[in-house]
Amino acid sequence: MSRPISTLRASAEMTNGSIFPVFDPAGPYAGSITTLTWVLIAMFVAVLGVVISALWIALRGSGQLKARLGGTRAIWIGGIGFPVVVLTALLVYGLTLTRNLTAPVPQDAMRVRITGEMWWWRVAYLDRSGRPFMLDANELHIPAGRPVLLELESNDVIHSFWVPQLSGKLDMVPGRRNTLPIQADAPGVFAGQCAEYCGGPHALMGFVVIAHEPAAFDRLMATRRARRPAPDARGRQLFHSTGCAACHRIAGTEANGMAGPDLTHVGSRRSLGAGILPNNRGTMMGWIGDSQSIKPGNRMPPYKTLSAAELQALAAYLEAQR
Amino acid sequence: MKSETGFDPALYDRFPTAGERPESELKELERIWCAPKGWQLLTAVNNNYIGFFYVAAAFLFFLLAGILALVMRVQLALPLQGILPQETYNQFFTMHGTVMMFLFAVPMVEAIGVLLLPQMLAARDLPFPRLSAYAFWAYFVGGLCFFASLFFGLAPDGGWFMYPPYTSITYSPGINADFWLLGIGFIEISAIAGAIEIIVGVLRTRAPGMTLDKMPIYAWAMLVLGVMIIIAFPSVILGTLLLELERAFNWPFFDPTRGGDALLWQHLFWFFGHPEVYIIFLPASGLVSMMVATMTRTPLVGHYLIVLAFLATGFISFGVWAHHMFTTGMPNLSIGFFSAASMAVSVPAGIQIFSWIATFAVGKPRYNVPTLFLLGGIVTFVIGGLTGVMVAMVPFDWQAHDSYFIVAHLHYVLIGGMVFPMFAAFYYWTPMISSRALSERLGKWAFWLMFTGMQVTFWPMHLVGLMGMPRRIYTYLPGREWEVINMISTVGAFMLAAGISAFLIDVARNFRFTTDNDAGNVYGGGTLEWLPTGLYSARSIPVVKSREPVWDDPHLAKDVKAGRYFLPGSATGLRETLVTSPVRAEPQYLQIMPGPSVWPFLAAVFTAGFFILLTIQAYMPSFACGILAVVCVLRWLWDTDRLVKEPEVDVGAGIRLPTYVTGPRSHGWWAMVILLIVVGMIFVMGVFSFFYLYGVQPRFWVAPADLWSLAIILPAYGAAAGLAWLARYMLAREATEHWTPGVLFLCGAIALAIGIGADLWSWIASGLRPEASGQGATVYALLSLEAMLATISLLMASYISARNSRGMIVRPRNNSLDLCVLWVIYTAGQGALTAVLTRAVGG
Repeated sequence: MSRPISTLRASAEMTNGSIFPVFDPAGPYAGSITTLTWVLIAMFVAVLGVVISALWIALRGSGQLKARLGGTRAIWIGGIGFPVVVLTALLVYGLTLTRNLTAPVPQDAMRVRITGEMWWWRVAYLDRSGRPFMLDANELHIPAGRPVLLELESNDVIHSFWVPQLSGKLDMVPGRRNTLPIQADAPGVFAGQCAEYCGGPHALMGFVVIAHEPAAFDRLMATRRARRPAPDARGRQLFHSTGCAACHRIAGTEANGMAGPDLTHVGSRRSLGAGILPNNRGTMMGWIGDSQSIKPGNRMPPYKTLSAAELQALAAYLEAQR
Repeated sequence: MKSETGFDPALYDRFPTAGERPESELKELERIWCAPKGWQLLTAVNNNYIGFFYVAAAFLFFLLAGILALVMRVQLALPLQGILPQETYNQFFTMHGTVMMFLFAVPMVEAIGVLLLPQMLAARDLPFPRLSAYAFWAYFVGGLCFFASLFFGLAPDGGWFMYPPYTSITYSPGINADFWLLGIGFIEISAIAGAIEIIVGVLRTRAPGMTLDKMPIYAWAMLVLGVMIIIAFPSVILGTLLLELERAFNWPFFDPTRGGDALLWQHLFWFFGHPEVYIIFLPASGLVSMMVATMTRTPLVGHYLIVLAFLATGFISFGVWAHHMFTTGMPNLSIGFFSAASMAVSVPAGIQIFSWIATFAVGKPRYNVPTLFLLGGIVTFVIGGLTGVMVAMVPFDWQAHDSYFIVAHLHYVLIGGMVFPMFAAFYYWTPMISSRALSERLGKWAFWLMFTGMQVTFWPMHLVGLMGMPRRIYTYLPGREWEVINMISTVGAFMLAAGISAFLIDVARNFRFTTDNDAGNVYGGGTLEWLPTGLYSARSIPVVKSREPVWDDPHLAKDVKAGRYFLPGSATGLRETLVTSPVRAEPQYLQIMPGPSVWPFLAAVFTAGFFILLTIQAYMPSFACGILAVVCVLRWLWDTDRLVKEPEVDVGAGIRLPTYVTGPRSHGWWAMVILLIVVGMIFVMGVFSFFYLYGVQPRFWVAPADLWSLAIILPAYGAAAGLAWLARYMLAREATEHWTPGVLFLCGAIALAIGIGADLWSWIASGLRPEASGQGATVYALLSLEAMLATISLLMASYISARNSRGMIVRPRNNSLDLCVLWVIYTAGQGALTAVLTRAVGG
């Protein structure tokens, strides 16, 4: 396959994310699950130890030990009593934790709607009344130390939102709206990936969450609100003449397409192609020219007829959209 | 002693009979059960052949799906490899899962049952040999065609779970998804056929005296399996029907914009899909329980507890399906219920594990190949069970779900719970059907390579799942250390494959199929399948006095072989077996069994042809095949249900039994009742879909229900049931030449048609259209089900009339008519319920 594989990079690498995200939680929602995970691993080791010891005694033990094991009493203790006690304790723990994790978040928590698309993520920051005031894609900025409520939806098939360092996963089901609270305790960058098979390049559907100090987050939002569309005339003209605007929106310009990812802030994104390429001039040109060789099956057609200079101009224009 | 049927148990004391049986008797038995040779073998129906073909075919699909897995492992060994392109990989993992579950696991457990059960129960054959043959051939021919879709790039790519809307026509416009939906149609048919065969076989063809209490543990497992199949499979049958209706005719069952719901499919699929795991595991657990007892030369410790565990597993497994849906955003209350049930189901598993351990502790285990596979299976299964408890903890599942952790979990459960026990069973029971046992030396190679390979492949997957690797990805990006772990898994997969190759070499070198010259009781088993057998199974059918009769009565094998028990020869000159009562196994009558026939084979080929041609949209040839399949089935049935000239025969020691019974005593009646339960479950799932969609999207329920139409519909159905009943009533009061019962039955079927017609007309008149809303789709789906049953009733009416005109509907009672009457009465009841329930909400 002719694919510029050397440029494809896991978002974890681009983001300095964790190799063991489930064991390396960044906030309370993931953290309590990490604790649970360690408890479950301990249970796993202990019970497996009991069963293997019992099996060992049955096969190789002394006559006296074997005699104790060889009767229905052993089944009642080992096969019924022991599991019932362990399972009941676990169940109480698990259900309590489930209730805590699904407890309502404060009314004034920031809300973001994330919509699964084949094969990228539509991001809409919502105001207090639940209306979108800023659109983005494949990347989410949040303030650290505060809960953020995600409204998860889908426009086509079922996807699943999973950023393991921030919370467990939750499906995006067409016709339904699920809500997922997340929180990062400190600034950082966290990688995620679609977890429900959604066909085609499901394997290449990554996501990035960036947590900022609250003050820095507010500054970012303010900067974004105050932005003016980049003035690059040549790139802007190409963006329209080539047809990009039919699918992509850049706020403040005539580009109003909603089928593809919103590009208003594409220049400031850390990755391209939904978390699979680092974002720079070269990768942007490569993506526009032939995204099919990078992410086969994605919905963006290749633009192989564009010259290098045209690609350069387009990439520069998009780079300036911050 | 109490009696269940009025049979005097004191008569058992006449056995074993004294004296020699005439030589000619055995010759006659051999002649009657002699298998067809050469190409004619396609017409064989005996369980020794069909069971062996069935096991071999299921194993072939195991190998094929395993090869798919190996190629996928190569693709995943390193990041961003191009060995399998995206769309091919997506087809490969879909086919791997589908073939392993539908073409290997379920058929394999049924196949082993077909092969072992008659011998284990000392029946001459399963009660419906032609049905077995049909089920096998439909599965084999259809399965091969289905698998071949891969070579044309037409294989499904929606995952083995086929979640809509991805699999709806919008997102999967090709016929690939249809291949899945129609392709497993025949697998559903053969699974149901197998289940009917197994339930009736276990309950009605046990050797005399083999009360439920003395029944081998494996038969218990198979009984529960059969019941689980008839309850679970209807759900997926209905699901596939609905999805195909949505794809073909745009009926919006799963489309939320028109009152459908994507999660309806998940409920239907997993209501089948989770019991499916136990459908695979329970028979294997039954096999393990049998083998552990033999290998330790001691009766199973906790036999009753294991029986209870089987029943409990079967029951609880129907309450856990939604644990596959913890991440869909279910309400906490449902989450709590399904989490608790998912944990509860591990208690019966604990009972089984500790029973086996206790049995090992009591006996002196022999470390041969079957024992190694048993121990390897137990350890592997326990690991899978414990990770299962982990994912039953909902918050942990939110992390683990759809990650490689689950891939590891399910392979530990299925390989430990089913595949290793299967290999143990292959080694253990090969001497029963082969003139040589398999090799201990090669077998140990096979075991250690498979066991090590399995651990090396799947253990690391737990870790890579917790590192964030989702399932069903055709590739992954470098930079997260996933490549190291995936490379280890790939190496392990090839070790596993090497182990399976060692087994194949062993089979090639040592396996020699035979029906009468087998290697015998190599491992010293205590149950009846280790009696000396021929194609007719045991020469005479012993009276069973304990759970391990071969251990407890050292003369049993000799006496059975010398014909000193029931049916030392053929009483009627035809194939026959004893039918006994369900609880105490008291002899009730002599069933005359059908012999070889080409019709089940042809019916199967045409059934497979119908589904495959329908899938590739060759409609006319497909319908031609469908009609031919029906004709072949009717032709095969035509030979059955006939009187023999002796109404009563001596089945040994002067005990006389009838050769023809009707009503609830007959095995046909049992099969029909089970079939009606299947049909009823399909209906129940349809009604569930109707109310579920109403509950989710009531605003689409706008079409008014016309209650006045019930005034026509209900009396029509009432008349149908009444006329059918009257046909049966009149039969006893009519001479053979008369046509009254046939005509009455026909009128009943026509009344059904009037009922369904009136119901349909009423909805059409109310303006409801199937493609308009969830209401329309589910109402017309329920009506279609009813129309299908009514059509079959009309077919039955012509069949009854044809038989009657040939004088084959014998008076005063006749099974063919009885069973068709049951069908019509059921259909009338379902029709009335359909009419009432669809009008209960909406409008």
